[in-house]
Amino acid sequence: MNLILAFILVPFAGMLFIPFLKVNGKGMLAFVLLMINVALSTYLAMESLAGEAFSVVLPGSYVTGSIPLRIDALSAWFILIINMVFLTGGFYGLFYLKAYREQRNNLTLHGILFLFQHAALISICSIQNSFVFLIAWEIMALTSFLLIIFEHEHIATIKAGINFLIQAHFSILFLMMGFIWVASRTGSYDFRAITAYTSSIPAAASFLLFIFFFIGFAIKAGFVPFHTWLPYAHPAAPSHISGMMSGVMIKIGIFGILRMLLVIKTDYTMAGYLILVISLISGLYGVMLAIIQHNLKKLLAYHSIENIGIIGIGIGIGCIGLGNGNQVLATLGFAGALLHTLNHSLFKSLLFYAAGNVYQAAHTLDIEKLGGLVRRMPQTAGLFLLAAIAICGIPPFNGFISEFIIYIGLYSWMSDATLVSLLAAISATAGLAMIGGLAMLCFTKAFGVVFLGTERCKLPDSCREVPFLQLLPMYLLAAFILGIGLFPLEFIGMLSKPVSLFTGEIAAQLKPVQMNAFNALQPVSLAAWLLILLIASIFSIRKFALSHHKIAAGPTWGCGYVAPTSKIQYTAGSFIRTYSKLFAPFLSIGKHEDEIHGIFPSSGQYHTHPYDKVEKWIIDGPLKFNKSFMGRFVFLNNGKLQFYILYGVIFILAVLSLPFIYQNLYSFVEFLKHL
Amino acid sequence: MLSVILITIAAIFFTGIIIRTKSLASGRKGPGVLQPVSDVVRLFRKGVVYSETTSFIFQIAPTVYMASVIMAMLVVPFGQSRGVLSFNGDFIFFAYVLALGKFFSIIAAMDTGSSFEGMGASREALYSMFAEPAFFILMGSLALLSGHTSFQGIFAALHIGSQISYALAALATFVLLMIAMIESSRMPIDDPKTHLELTMIHEVMILDNSGFDLGLIFTAGYLKFAIYGALIVNLFIGIIPYQYAIPAFFGIQFLMAVTIGLIESFMARFRMSHNPQFIVALTSVSLLIFFGVLLILQKFM
Repeated sequence: MNLILAFILVPFAGMLFIPFLKVNGKGMLAFVLLMINVALSTYLAMESLAGEAFSVVLPGSYVTGSIPLRIDALSAWFILIINMVFLTGGFYGLFYLKAYREQRNNLTLHGILFLFQHAALISICSIQNSFVFLIAWEIMALTSFLLIIFEHEHIATIKAGINFLIQAHFSILFLMMGFIWVASRTGSYDFRAITAYTSSIPAAASFLLFIFFFIGFAIKAGFVPFHTWLPYAHPAAPSHISGMMSGVMIKIGIFGILRMLLVIKTDYTMAGYLILVISLISGLYGVMLAIIQHNLKKLLAYHSIENIGIIGIGIGIGCIGLGNGNQVLATLGFAGALLHTLNHSLFKSLLFYAAGNVYQAAHTLDIEKLGGLVRRMPQTAGLFLLAAIAICGIPPFNGFISEFIIYIGLYSWMSDATLVSLLAAISATAGLAMIGGLAMLCFTKAFGVVFLGTERCKLPDSCREVPFLQLLPMYLLAAFILGIGLFPLEFIGMLSKPVSLFTGEIAAQLKPVQMNAFNALQPVSLAAWLLILLIASIFSIRKFALSHHKIAAGPTWGCGYVAPTSKIQYTAGSFIRTYSKLFAPFLSIGKHEDEIHGIFPSSGQYHTHPYDKVEKWIIDGPLKFNKSFMGRFVFLNNGKLQFYILYGVIFILAVLSLPFIYQNLYSFVEFLKHL
Repeated sequence: MLSVILITIAAIFFTGIIIRTKSLASGRKGPGVLQPVSDVVRLFRKGVVYSETTSFIFQIAPTVYMASVIMAMLVVPFGQSRGVLSFNGDFIFFAYVLALGKFFSIIAAMDTGSSFEGMGASREALYSMFAEPAFFILMGSLALLSGHTSFQGIFAALHIGSQISYALAALATFVLLMIAMIESSRMPIDDPKTHLELTMIHEVMILDNSGFDLGLIFTAGYLKFAIYGALIVNLFIGIIPYQYAIPAFFGIQFLMAVTIGLIESFMARFRMSHNPQFIVALTSVSLLIFFGVLLILQKFM
């Protein structure tokens, strides 16, 4: 009880003290307060992950009813992920924001909001009263909006922020409809009422209820076609906020879906297929669009959609396993999804921090203008490379482990399946393989063009490695990425409780038959060690062999041409040209080119503007229609005060006369009935 | 363990046989079968030249590439005998660890800052992406057919019995052979002997490698061929005892090398722009295998 009070008071303490401190003090205090809250929530999460679930019922008020706080293993897992990302993000942010020292008020607001955002996210994981849940959800949406528009002097940032704000409220709208539905039927805001209610109504109705929640949470998670806010919001925010949004906030959508799967009793097979199909589309579409992005952070943002898709594939097959009573499939699916949630938050926040370093040093995120950064910032480059390999799901890092579990799930699904599920399994497998291949194309492009080769444009002289302390949180994340790759079983052990929530095991440990499914991870971790050993030994043999020979340096082979400039390097656009021609039906790339012609050619130019086809169809199209429809009523908005007062009066009269009209109508209908 | 030894032996001769076949087909005497190996040995004893534009990525990439291929070799079984590492889903590891090598060879090519190598890198990334689904569908079908999810389990349980399974084995051989060609950048996709940088894929990526590093890349390439050859052999030998299986291994590898040599002698490389279609067609062939398996298991009822 006192813990919870302390947890709530900490952000308010920040609000009270941060404004009165000097710039350095603001950051320090915000971080210290964050640490306190992180420690408190980690303590509760660890307790419930290790032993009993934490549960307390606050009295609440007349409006809200009693407020149950329950931290079960699922909440605990997400709380740990949130804390991990906030801790590294907060520390990184202390240094990232140094460039903005002058904007004192802005920093004050930022620090306070950061605390509130953390508190809101943790609350969402633990509150099980739908009314208060929505309040926490709203706090999260508003704080993120304000955190995104940190650089609000740019129009694009404000636009991205408002886009986010509107779509976040669409998400709330759907959640609210779902919660009101249940509350109006049961009269209770407790999540347990949802379970009771959905087990008493027909399956179709409970599935519809699930769809409401799914859409609401899918908007937050960024499933295609609900993803359009994401590629704007992530790049606009400061890098530590982008890392936090991609690492944590969209995962709250995943948390919501998982929570609803726990509380709603519905047709899990059908829900599973729905999630699987949407996830496959998200995964493929996300990476397909990530490849054509030339803004590094936008590329990463689209890549988050892909990873949400991979997590969704895990959830989908897990659900189908639940529906079919296939314990192994359910275990593998949910374990893969939960582990990939952690993994993605690790490598994606690392990638965003690395992108932040690049932005800080080179003052641009346009891939085509960068190049050769590995010599100026070798450590950032190395960390980016590590995260890039991990995100492609390549061993010996963590991405491979979670994708491997999902693959194993898919293959184990095939062994006892009907024709339909076999087709689903094989297309999911092929899709996942394709996603992996495309991710490799995407990240070889991103890493190759940004960090390798020579500089494509003149970079500022100040472009160099960031201070070590700023790299420190990144090294921490890298250690986790490698650690999960090398010791997967330890992390799987931690997952056994959250997974058994779904598979319905009351015992803390998974059944042996379920644990068998993870047997392959022992040799996988052995293989990862062996791989590292092999690389090290071949490298030392090479070093030994070369120690007796001359190591010379020369120019790159230019096919006989001796004066190459950095401009003739392969660019990001040319690297993906064949790809974008092949996938043209799915992509929308605006082109503007002036070709070089004539005997004495003048300068030519070539610009591409990648755009999102889904956005064109489901956002721009309806918006245009809406605008033209609403345009017909512009005459009402005539700027005369008298008219506005008249509208007010009409409105009040209308409201007041509603019961009267209703009464008359009612008696008229009664009269008709009597005839 | 047996498979590692056999693959290594096969790798020593494989490329030599291809080259010898090509030279005989074109009416030349040609180099000895061991010439590629002695080339590599010579490379191992040379110094290196690094481009001034390159960074540490370029220096570790050949090492990682080699290590990834060796790791892939370790999971390949030989009939009854397991690979050094054998576990459920080892073929997933196989595909992804090879991807690690590819990742590094692609970024090493980007590291030189040369437009030629960038071109090769871009093609390699694209084509290997297309080959992935075919491999996973093929392995999925075989896993479904045999009820196992490890290389060894699949191959040991695979019985070539009925006529339809002969057809499946033929198709699977075709898919694996073509994946081997894509992965090793051989003829219908890429021509290792072309003289124009613009038309190369793999060769152009390693233009700037020299000495020990180049030796590593060549060795890895030879091994990769023999690894895919071993996978094809595994489709057929199943539970045959060793005294027949080992000669069969070398026989099939020899046959494969000769076939590749003949293909390369009498066929031109596909147009670069047609390559993706060809590779996507591979996915359809592996889907065909999948439906064949469904037919055998009578899932269409």
